[in-house]
Amino acid sequence: MTYTPTTDTAQHTDLDAPLQLLTPEGERRHDARLEPWIADLDAEALQGLYRDMAIARRVDAEGVALQRQGQLGLWAPAQGQEAIQIASARACRPDDFLFPSYRELGVLLVRGAAPADLVLSWRGEVLSTYDPHELHAAPPQIIIGAQALHAVGYAMGVQRDGGDQVAVAYFGDGATSQGDVNEAMVFGSSFGAPVVFVCSNNQWAISEPVTVQSKFPIAGRAPGFGIPSLRVDGNDVLACTAAMRWALDHARRGEGPAFLEAVTYRMGPHTTSDDPTRYRDSAELEKWRTRDPLLRLEAHLREIDAFDDAFRADVDADALSYTTQMRAAAVGATTRPPLALLDSVYAEPHTGIDEEREHFAAYLAGFADEETR
Amino acid sequence: MPEMTMGKALGAGLRQAMADDDRVLIMGEDVGRLGGVFRITDGLLDEFGAARVIDTPLAESGIVGTAVGLALRGFRPVVEIQFDGFVYPAFDQIVCQVAKLHYRTGGKVRLPITIRIPWAGGVGAAEHHSESPEAYFVHTAGLRVVAVSNPQDAYTMLRQAIASDDPVIFFEPKRLYHAKGEVDLAGHVADAAPLGLARVVREGTDVTLLTYGAQVTTAMDAATAAEDDGISIEVIDLRSLSPVDYRTVTASVRKTGRVVVTHEAAREAGVGAELIASVTEKCFHYLESAPVRVTGHDIPYPPAKLERHHLPDLDRILDAVDRVLDRPHSLSEVAQ
Repeated sequence: MTYTPTTDTAQHTDLDAPLQLLTPEGERRHDARLEPWIADLDAEALQGLYRDMAIARRVDAEGVALQRQGQLGLWAPAQGQEAIQIASARACRPDDFLFPSYRELGVLLVRGAAPADLVLSWRGEVLSTYDPHELHAAPPQIIIGAQALHAVGYAMGVQRDGGDQVAVAYFGDGATSQGDVNEAMVFGSSFGAPVVFVCSNNQWAISEPVTVQSKFPIAGRAPGFGIPSLRVDGNDVLACTAAMRWALDHARRGEGPAFLEAVTYRMGPHTTSDDPTRYRDSAELEKWRTRDPLLRLEAHLREIDAFDDAFRADVDADALSYTTQMRAAAVGATTRPPLALLDSVYAEPHTGIDEEREHFAAYLAGFADEETR
Repeated sequence: MPEMTMGKALGAGLRQAMADDDRVLIMGEDVGRLGGVFRITDGLLDEFGAARVIDTPLAESGIVGTAVGLALRGFRPVVEIQFDGFVYPAFDQIVCQVAKLHYRTGGKVRLPITIRIPWAGGVGAAEHHSESPEAYFVHTAGLRVVAVSNPQDAYTMLRQAIASDDPVIFFEPKRLYHAKGEVDLAGHVADAAPLGLARVVREGTDVTLLTYGAQVTTAMDAATAAEDDGISIEVIDLRSLSPVDYRTVTASVRKTGRVVVTHEAAREAGVGAELIASVTEKCFHYLESAPVRVTGHDIPYPPAKLERHHLPDLDRILDAVDRVLDRPHSLSEVAQ
């Protein structure tokens, strides 16, 4: 089953046009194409998705707060993008390998990242923490779009191993302007690699609107590479789940790559370093506030009698537990000794680094007396 | 021991590495059916199949970037960049990803990727086909950078590079692809000198001449010519540019007290600059004269008909030898 957007641009400029199963008001919509993929999602499963999204939102708020309090050097807010992050990662098997960008904190949460994993790099203690081979997730990528090629290469490796894992490349709308993302689609398509491209179109690449990246719906590009694509409401966790399941199934069955454009919105700044009031108006923000992914799932859960105060309290407790640990990990972080900065440059001994370590150690040793005084 | 060209030796090294370890893959433009534009991978497609000898789309960043993913999956990709000047589109993937993932993950991710680059000038090639970009990669921590100068090293060092758990930039001088030499194909890689070691190609007592790649041949010619003037030159083939084997280099400099470095790449912030700075730091009190560089000019690579004026030849090296020995030389009358 493949869906491709038409070339009728008019049909796609309307932000409400993406495939949808939940309206912003939380009403369940029917879509014959997506419906079969979520037939098994019962109330409990939906509550699970809500719980993940709520924790992601709380983690994000905590990250911003920690940065404002001087505990983190930087934070890349993800508020508003919880649905696609949680839905796509939840749709994956644990052994599928995910290649997130720096904003995919929800993806890492689903992958079982420890609270420290989300803050220590932003704090500047380490460059990354978790073992990618354990989490089946590459370290978050900062260079825009570079990870799309890594995902395709990993998927080519899966093919050679005769495995049935899928690699998932996450990137934003800005990344679709990068050569690497386009090269990844060429390689993925040419080799029929089991890879899913998830583009979170959050409308803004720092201060540049998506119209600078693309005059045409981004999902419309993939078919030109021979890759089927879907344009989904990225704030609709049901539609995102269905679309991702379709994409994963497509790739896992050996049909080659699939592409998702999740139409969403970054509610906060690009990072805590920028000021979105300089480049976008508050009306836009307010419009998107009405499309909030959590509120609409909450409304739906209430509709099916699966959301009450006890559930909310339970979710809040989970989120608080996680963020408390996250804060403790940040505030209580122990900075490694100076010589650690020379660790792990190479896998095997390197005489140049060995000599630098020796010299730096000798220099540091000169302060030993001062420290013991 | 059989005699073969450096090109054939490289092919034999690839073949052996692939036979020894089925996780070794070859990827690049034209490496399959054509056998590579220099035929280094000739026959490998038939022998190992298209799953292991991958003709890629024409996209260098794509080639290196997908190699990163393959390495994450546990493969050992050997990437061929078709020509030196084509490596720049892959620069980001090499310096930001290949070089840094091990460090970034505290050693949890290893990227045993070998990036083969047919390299440098002297073959009358078209624009972008004769460049010497080695300094960019030497400057980047996390990469090992090696350059071969003869068939035996080509065979052995390529196998060592592939076996290394670190990424290796592997420079192959195009000028020497047809140069012949004996190659011990039966030798065990484990018994060979480690990848990072320099080699004293010719012993001497008056001047240490440091070089690598195709310039080793020119340096040897210069040493032979100098002998007629009673000058004894010690020629060192660095083989590895990151790390540099300073143990071998400084032992030589302490013996001769004089240093000349020659390479094809431009002088400004080049490998020669680093070598001389390091040698000066390590052996200042042994030096009898200021070290001298003999390099390509600080220009874009010139058109083929002029390249012989760009590439350091025997006479320019001898002129530099005269300078470090304080004999009459081209700059004697020039204010220095």
